[in-house]
Formats: sequence, structure tokens, C-alpha cells
Amino acid sequence: MSRDKMLLAIREALPKEATAIPDYQPSATSFDVVQKFIDTLVGIGGAVIKVSSLSVVNDYVIKHFSGQRVVSLVQGVDSYATTLEADPHLLENVALTVVPGAFGVAENGAVWITDGSMGDRALPFIANNLAMIISAQDIVPTLHEAYQRIGADGYNFGTFIAGPSKTADIEQSLVLGAHGPKSNTIFLLA
Amino acid sequence: MMGNQPTQDHATRAEVFNRDEARVDWHDKTLWFIRQKRDRAAWTIPDWEALRDQASAIKDNVLSNLHDYLISFEAQAQRNGVVVHWAADAEEHNEIVHQILKRHQVSKIVKSKSMLTEECRLNEYLHDHGVEVVDTDLGERIVQLAGEPPSHIVLPCIHWKKEEIGALFHKHLGTPEGNADPTFLTAAARTHLRQSFMSSKVAITGVNFGVAETGEIVVCTNEGNADLGVQLADVHIACMGIEKLIPERKHLSVFLRLLARSATGQPITTYSSHFRKPRPGQEMHIVLVDNGRSERMKHHSFKNALKCIRCGACMNTCPVYRRSGGHSYNYAIAGPIGSILAPSLDMKQYADLPFASTLCGSCSNVCPVKINIHEQLYQWRQVIVQAGYVSKQKEVGIAAMTAVLSRPWLYRYAGNVGRWFLKTFPTLASNKINPWAKQREMPAPPSQSFRRWYQDNRKKK
Ligand code: SF4
Repeated sequence: MSRDKMLLAIREALPKEATAIPDYQPSATSFDVVQKFIDTLVGIGGAVIKVSSLSVVNDYVIKHFSGQRVVSLVQGVDSYATTLEADPHLLENVALTVVPGAFGVAENGAVWITDGSMGDRALPFIANNLAMIISAQDIVPTLHEAYQRIGADGYNFGTFIAGPSKTADIEQSLVLGAHGPKSNTIFLLA
Repeated sequence: MMGNQPTQDHATRAEVFNRDEARVDWHDKTLWFIRQKRDRAAWTIPDWEALRDQASAIKDNVLSNLHDYLISFEAQAQRNGVVVHWAADAEEHNEIVHQILKRHQVSKIVKSKSMLTEECRLNEYLHDHGVEVVDTDLGERIVQLAGEPPSHIVLPCIHWKKEEIGALFHKHLGTPEGNADPTFLTAAARTHLRQSFMSSKVAITGVNFGVAETGEIVVCTNEGNADLGVQLADVHIACMGIEKLIPERKHLSVFLRLLARSATGQPITTYSSHFRKPRPGQEMHIVLVDNGRSERMKHHSFKNALKCIRCGACMNTCPVYRRSGGHSYNYAIAGPIGSILAPSLDMKQYADLPFASTLCGSCSNVCPVKINIHEQLYQWRQVIVQAGYVSKQKEVGIAAMTAVLSRPWLYRYAGNVGRWFLKTFPTLASNKINPWAKQREMPAPPSQSFRRWYQDNRKKK
């Protein structure tokens, strides 16, 4: 069986001494995390809207997406869904989904979300537009703090999403909405 | 573009690319622009050099513990409900994938970008067995429709002009003739590929990182094509080279900070997805592939090439790659890193690649995991010459170069002679003895060498 053969070959190829991983402490950051997050995300094609309450988010959704299918996973924002179709293909007609993000990362504009808050894992990718809500308190400076925060979390699926789906494959011209959402809006609760 | 004969060498294929001078200039400039974006992104991180050191050290640790990490990774992945397969070579990898597809009776699948499946020629294999693979990365789909392999690991169709893509889409997707607008063409591709996403029962992805501690895999894309494919499929097959392992989840922070910044100058890819357990009702497979990697680990001089995280920075910066195009390398991974990976798979077939370099060292300077690429290129040359796999013409060149580089006084003298020679016989330098002079005029030689200029200037101070 190839497994044993491969492991044997790998064992034989190892050096006598294993090398250790040196300690690494990133230097402290001095930027304002909220401002950095906003600047970075806007720079990669996302949008940030500061809101004082969920009802402001709700008004925004009604104003921009009335008459279209909205799936909200945040109570207080319509249309709040407690269950979804079992077949993810049926989510293709979702114009906007609103999901709770876990936290944001200032240095790259990414928001971390896990399967527990996605309703269906396909939803953040198949919806035409994606909005996530995070608290302004929940922004860490860099990915180092991000993984400290994730720690040993037992998610089944987790992802950093930074801005809308995009491609620059045609002559390096940036186009938003390659396969996934065409827009990425972060509502920052403060 | 295709039809590269194995008997041709890099220089011959580069010559073909160089016939269209305007295109070469454009290709060169486009890649240099990406290199500059990389620089700007790196400069925003005060810890950049420390991060590169750390990434390199983590990979050293992986390469010295790979046996145990693989066993841990497998056990964790199995606990997560993932089926783990082991493939000693490309053929076994392809068979394993095909068996899974056969069991599910599918004849069409979607695949996101995976250099490993390019290395194993999975698409061709499945095609021969009656399975159509739809590459869903836009750039990969473009070259696939054109019947070509990718010319760059991150930017698969970087050698294509938008007008040509417009014509290609007109032919295959029925877009209006003459429309070459990138936004319009991307929208057409979105609609076209959505059909495949919606109908495909199996999705194949590559793997950017596998975590030994947790058994999870991380896949990075900008388009979201890996995620869309996987989340709409009944079966997810992830194909992974054994060197993609990292010890712990927290180490992802180091690599994800480096990867996209090095690749395109973005702070991170749009999606960095961590697949730990399959979605309810879904089947998830991970295929671990050796295909020459364990053999390479034994060679002290060359094993560092296994640290590669496939960012493409070494290609974007390489003066030879930029002016010869990815297809001139005739291997799934082009550019400087491809030139040190390919010969360990088949030294005879790829004997020309380590010579496709000026040894300027720019690749090693940008590499986020600090692979000593240009030194390995030089070492491969020696191995290849000793093995007798080199043409007479190059042998003379190398002998001369080795002689020059190992004797500082001769280097200074040869430099003086060279400058005199270029001034006196400018066209003679573009002859057959000097393959780098093909397709280009030699630049006007400086009247002084850098060394003399430096010394004179120091004296003046
Ligand atoms: S060798 Fe280094 S620079 Fe080149 S693709 Fe690999 S990681 Fe990137």
C-alpha cells in the first residue's frame, strides 16, 4: 500500500536533527484599528457603513433591496430566516444575504465567519451581494491577533472574506463579482 | 501557442515568443507592474523580513518532521470525517481521483486552481477516461478553452490580450464579435461557469495549506470559485502535495500575511477558506501526493524548493520569465521556481531550464519563504553538466562563466574587454555565441565599470 511506502520514504529522507520553530513576536502596531480596517476594505473594493443600531441596517436593506430576495441571519434585520432550504442550489436567487461576522482584521479588511453563523455554507458565496455585521469593538490589528482569537475553536468550516469576489485575469483589469457576491458591505456597529 | 516539442529547449521556445516584440514588451511591463505592487504591499508591513524568516523556519521544521506531521494530519482529518488517500506518484493520484468519480458516476466536474493537478496532468487523464473537467478560475478557463496550459501559476492567462479573449469567448460562449471589454467578458464567463457550478456533483480543489494539528485545509482564491464549487457539490476532493503541511493553525497567520502580498500585492485574497469537516451529507477526500517530493528531501542542496507556497513572485520579478513567457519553460510551473522543480522530476527532459536564468538573484530576494532559488539554479547547472545532459554550446558558456566567476581579477579584466568589445563591434555581440543577445540590440556599454566608478567616486570624497 502506498501509505506505508510513502511514509517509509519520507522517514528515510528526514535529517537526523529536527529543527525547532523559533519564537516569533510580531512588533506592536500603532495604527487606529477601526480606521485602518475601513481604509483597507474600501481599498479592495468593499464598503463600510457605520451604524448605531440594527434598525439602521434594516432601513438600508429595505431601501436598496425591496422586492428582491433577502436572507438575513441577524434578528432585527428583515427577512430574518431561521431555516433555509436543504438544497443550497435554491439559494441562487438570493439578492442579498446579511450575516453576523465574528470579527474583522484591520491590516487586510477581512471578516472571519464560521459555518455556525452562515445558515448554509453556500450562502456567503452564492448570494449576489453579501453584507456582514460586526461590532467596532471586534476588530483586531493583524492576522496574528486573529488566530489568537480563533484559538482552538471547533468550527467545521471557517473563512476570512475580504471584499467582493473579484478577478483581474483579463489584462489585469479589476472586475468585481467574478463568481461570488458582486458587493461586500460591512455594517460597523458602534 | 502549444505544441511545444520536448526536443526544443527553452531558448528556442523563448525565441518564438520573442518574435512579437510589442507583446513581449507588454508582457514584461505587466509583470513588472505586479512586482511593484508586491513591493508596495511588503513595505506596509514593518515585520516583513521577520515574517519571511519565520515562514522559512516553519517550513524547515515541517521538512524535518514531515513523517510525524503527516500521521497527525491524517488522524485529525479522519476524525473530522474526511477520507485520506496516499498517492506515491502522479499516476496513482489520477487513478484515485478517477475511482472516486467512477463510484459517483459523474462525467463532468468543476475544478478550482491546483498546480498539483497540473503537475499530475489530471485533466488529460480524466479526459481520456471520459470525464470533462471544467476549470473554474477565469484565467484557467480561458487557457482551457484555448487548449493551452496556464503560463503562470497565479495569473494563468497573463500572456493573453483582451481582444484575443473576446474572440475566444465569441467562438465558445457566443459573446458578440469584437467585444473585448473585461467587465463584459467576465460577466459572460460568470454566467457560463454558473451553469457548471449548479450542475456539478463533484468539486476538486487544490490546497494552499494543510494543518497537522487540526486536519483542516486552507484554500485561497479571489474569485470564490473554490468555495462555490465545493459548497454546491456532493463530493469535495482536495489534492495536496505532502509539503503543503504546516504544524499548527496559528502558523497560518504567518503564511497568509505573506502569500497574497507577495503574489499580487493584495493584503489578503478575497477568500481564505478553512475546510475542517465536510458539510452535512457531503463526502470529503484529501489526496496526499508525493510524486518525487520525498526523493528531493534527501538532497540537501535542493530540498528547500519544497518550501514554495506558489505565490508567483519569483516569476513576476524574473527578467528571463518576463521576456520569454511561461510556455517557454514547457513545465506546469514556469519561471525560476519551475526551473529548479522540474529537473528533479526528469533531469534529462528539463536539462535546459536551470540555464534559463541570468542568476541575478531577484527571485531569491522576493521569495516569501526565502528559498535560495538562484543558488539552486547554479547548483543544478553543475549537476546537469556532470550528468552530461547539456548541449556543447552551453557547456562552453558555463565553463567560461565558472572560470570568470571564480577568479575576481579575470572578472575585472573580462569586464574591461567586454566594454571595449561592445563599443567596437556592437552588432557582433548579437551573434550565435551569446544566446541572450537574440532578438535584442545590445545596450550601449557604460564607459566605466561600476567598480571603477565606485572607486573613483570614493577617491573624490
Ligand atoms: S519560489 Fe518563492 S517566490 Fe517563487 S512561487 Fe515559490 S514561494 Fe513564491
